[in-house]
Amino acid sequence: MSHTNESGFETDEQLTDEQLFGHLAEDDTVSLSRRERFERILDAYFLAPGRVAWDDWRTRIGILVVTLFVFFGTIGPRLVTPPATNQAPNNLQPFDGGVAALWEEGGWIDIGVDHQLSMGPISVPGIDIRYPLGADNYGTPIGRNLIHATPDMLEMVVAGAIVSVGLAAIFGITAGYKGGKTDEFLMYITDIVMTMPGLPLLIVIVAIWSPRQAWLIGVVLAIDAWPGLARALRSQVLTLREESYVEASRTMGLPSRTILARDISPQLMPYILINFANAGRQVVFGSVALYFLGVLPLTTANWGIMMDTAYSEAHALVNLSNFYQIFWPMAAVVVLSFGLILFAQGMDRVFNPRIRARHAKKVGSDEEQIN
Amino acid sequence: MRYFVKRVVHAAVTLVSVTTITFALFRLMPGNPAQAMRAQFEADMEAGGGTADPEVLDAMVEQHIGFNPDQPWYIQYVEYLRDIILYQDFGQSYFYNEAVFDILFTAMPWSIFISVYGLALGYTTNILLGAAMAYKEGSRFDNYATVLATFLNSVPYYVGAILFLAFFGYELGLFPTGGRYNTDLQTGLNVRFMASISYHAVLPVMSSFIVGFGGGALSMRGNSIRILGEDYLRVARLRGISSTRIATRYVARNAILPLYTQMMIGIATVFSSSVLLEFIFTYPGVGWYTYDAVMRRDYPLLMGSFLFFTIVTLIGILIAEFTYGLVDPRIGSGDHSESY
Repeated sequence: MSHTNESGFETDEQLTDEQLFGHLAEDDTVSLSRRERFERILDAYFLAPGRVAWDDWRTRIGILVVTLFVFFGTIGPRLVTPPATNQAPNNLQPFDGGVAALWEEGGWIDIGVDHQLSMGPISVPGIDIRYPLGADNYGTPIGRNLIHATPDMLEMVVAGAIVSVGLAAIFGITAGYKGGKTDEFLMYITDIVMTMPGLPLLIVIVAIWSPRQAWLIGVVLAIDAWPGLARALRSQVLTLREESYVEASRTMGLPSRTILARDISPQLMPYILINFANAGRQVVFGSVALYFLGVLPLTTANWGIMMDTAYSEAHALVNLSNFYQIFWPMAAVVVLSFGLILFAQGMDRVFNPRIRARHAKKVGSDEEQIN
Repeated sequence: MRYFVKRVVHAAVTLVSVTTITFALFRLMPGNPAQAMRAQFEADMEAGGGTADPEVLDAMVEQHIGFNPDQPWYIQYVEYLRDIILYQDFGQSYFYNEAVFDILFTAMPWSIFISVYGLALGYTTNILLGAAMAYKEGSRFDNYATVLATFLNSVPYYVGAILFLAFFGYELGLFPTGGRYNTDLQTGLNVRFMASISYHAVLPVMSSFIVGFGGGALSMRGNSIRILGEDYLRVARLRGISSTRIATRYVARNAILPLYTQMMIGIATVFSSSVLLEFIFTYPGVGWYTYDAVMRRDYPLLMGSFLFFTIVTLIGILIAEFTYGLVDPRIGSGDHSESY
């Protein structure tokens, strides 16, 4: 305890190492209070990337779309009434009443003190929106249908992305690091899966197994998505494995498992995260395609089912007055995948050290402390 | 030469593996298609008033799926593999009551026709657009083209196909909405028939183009920009080599390399897209039969078309690998790094 007294502390309390060494080191470096340190960490890991991301309008759109998707996938269905037939007039056109509905009574939107919009527990006075996206031939409102399909889609996307990125990481990183026979064998498997045409393979599997849960469909769809990423990860690892610190770990006799987990994977994390968004996009494309073809059992809600209904029952392509029924789900797919691509590109920019360096100056005085 | 032999062996091994997978899906799963089919035949025969003789049933199942369900699985496996590889016997379609091979073999050229044109057009556009964007890097054209390419990349090909069909097919009536050619015309090598084929192929090829287009333009742009900064380009300029030669020989050739590998992977994607495209355009190729087979629970045809797709993809990849030497003279000299 003597040295703590020397350094000016009068209390008898046991000091933590952090306080102790922080204090001892005070003479030669600037001291950081815990709050400052916390701020630094916050800056380095959240605010700086956030600023880099938010600086670019493309990333902003990406983040917005992804947030909206997650919002509709989690909270949305609680706010919006579940869709059912005959809730709206049959074949109701979208934005019924046109722009005039803004100031006239009736139509898709009403503004005025005597109106209020109730969404689950929340109610917004002064405005009322009625079936803005129209309704299908059975009077099911399309907007509600879209929103209530989102949770299943979200589940599918998350499950599919986790499985495909996980498989790709295991195959790609191991193959790239190990090299030799292991590499050859793992890449051989990857090549076979890559050669098998994705959609027919999925159709065969789905026709025989008919998966019913959303997450299981996501996992099946992941089969098609992982090989390309595994190859890409492998080529990244091929350059990393020759790095001197990896060499050092190897010389120290650390097991491959540790080297892969501690030295190599963290370097690839950004790349893996970016591809998470891409894998998600592939799952969306795949699931909508399979539902549109009608080969999956109708146990979950999906935008592809809406497309199929519009295509085969409302004849949306032949009878273009019904085209809006197939247009909305397609628009949802396009917007979501556009958002995911922009998000992935934005993350790429965030993790890119050259772009981050420019922002580092805003965060603190000393660049070294930020990394 | 070793490179070519290695590639062919690799393709052959892949084919056997995929066949094994189809066999496994066919045979080793609970409630597998073979059992389902046997039950179906039994029901059919009993409905016809006859009694189902197990041996007759087995023979019928064997004729359709290519192996006898009562034999041990390894004998079934060998027979299945032998039938497919040696005799091109893919079994018999349950619904069409024809050999699966014959059905698919006549349908295959149509699928290849659409896919190859889509792929070729898509990648040509990728290369040209990507090169133009890199050349004008940072300009307004580059910005707009990048956003446009990103947006096109996020439109799934089937959405494109539906839009094309609805507007060019039904609304404007510019192009036929289905079929492979005008059935009134005399088939054969005459001009009008050929014209009819290309006319019917316009919309499917346009949709297939979206598949080939993908994100290729952006990666071509990235590659070109990276190469434009290389030292050897400076040297080339200092040596007074004409800019056309630099653009075609130095930049384009190096920038296309990664795209070429990407295309090899893309071959599988393009062929598998034909299932949806042929469904949307009612274009009877292999993809259309795949859809048809799922809907009718015609398992031999389904498995056969899956194998067909794989074989076509394998051949496509082989061709791409054989011609890879034209773009990259270094093939086969790949260094073997140390394994840990």
